[in-house]
Amino acid sequence: MKFTDVYLQTATKILVFIIMTFSIYILFAGHHNPGGGFIGGLITASALVLLYIAFDLQSVRDIIPVDFKQLAAAGVIVAVLTGTASFIFDVPFLTQTFTYVELPILGKTELATAVIFDLGVYMTVVGTTMTIITSISEDEK
Amino acid sequence: MNAKVTIEIVVGILIMSGTVMSLLSSLGIIRLPDVYNRAHASTKSATLGILCILLGAFLYFFYTHGVSSIRLLLGIVFVFLTAPVAGHLIIRSAHRSKVALADISVQDDLQDYLDSEKDVESSSTTS
Repeated sequence: MKFTDVYLQTATKILVFIIMTFSIYILFAGHHNPGGGFIGGLITASALVLLYIAFDLQSVRDIIPVDFKQLAAAGVIVAVLTGTASFIFDVPFLTQTFTYVELPILGKTELATAVIFDLGVYMTVVGTTMTIITSISEDEK
Repeated sequence: MNAKVTIEIVVGILIMSGTVMSLLSSLGIIRLPDVYNRAHASTKSATLGILCILLGAFLYFFYTHGVSSIRLLLGIVFVFLTAPVAGHLIIRSAHRSKVALADISVQDDLQDYLDSEKDVESSSTTS
């Protein structure tokens, strides 16, 4: 019997957008509110796992052609580079700073270098989780 | 009676009715005979109970603290979308693993449909 569940696939198409939006919100809210890179990465990974459950492995790979091992490696590189960038300004490793900028749409916005480090954590968490789950789910060969 | 008292009464009614509905749904899970009836009790009334509680919390924070929490509204939409789909999937997998219906049930349309499909398949392969 072929497994096609229209209810699950239709609900997934809507829910993935809500979960992805919420994960991005959590990622950027982490500086002042509960949240951050780790939990945001896990929420994004859960949205991708929902896609993998509702559709098959190959069609999701066609939609999102990302090698998750490379994503995890890129996340670690981003996190390390934000640490070493503090040497340029002659301050200790992993020193962070922030400033207030007037952006065209958002108005007065706080830009912190810790967000870039959080982005590295986010990419690492998404890459690691998805590597674990996809490599477990396809061991029939 | 000023506006704040009215809001507090409305919030109280919403949260109490949500709690009572969740209690009724858990009673239904204990009392009803088979998995299909239990899913009927748990998905519908628990979803409505949670929606009432979340709406009460949203109204309370909106009128007393002036915070319009988008996360609560998003949670209402999310629970409203996911809970019926989750119930559908559980019941579908229960029916596919041939969980028996309660003795008082009289009709199983899905089983009839699956049997008729199987008959069509077997007749087309033999002919």
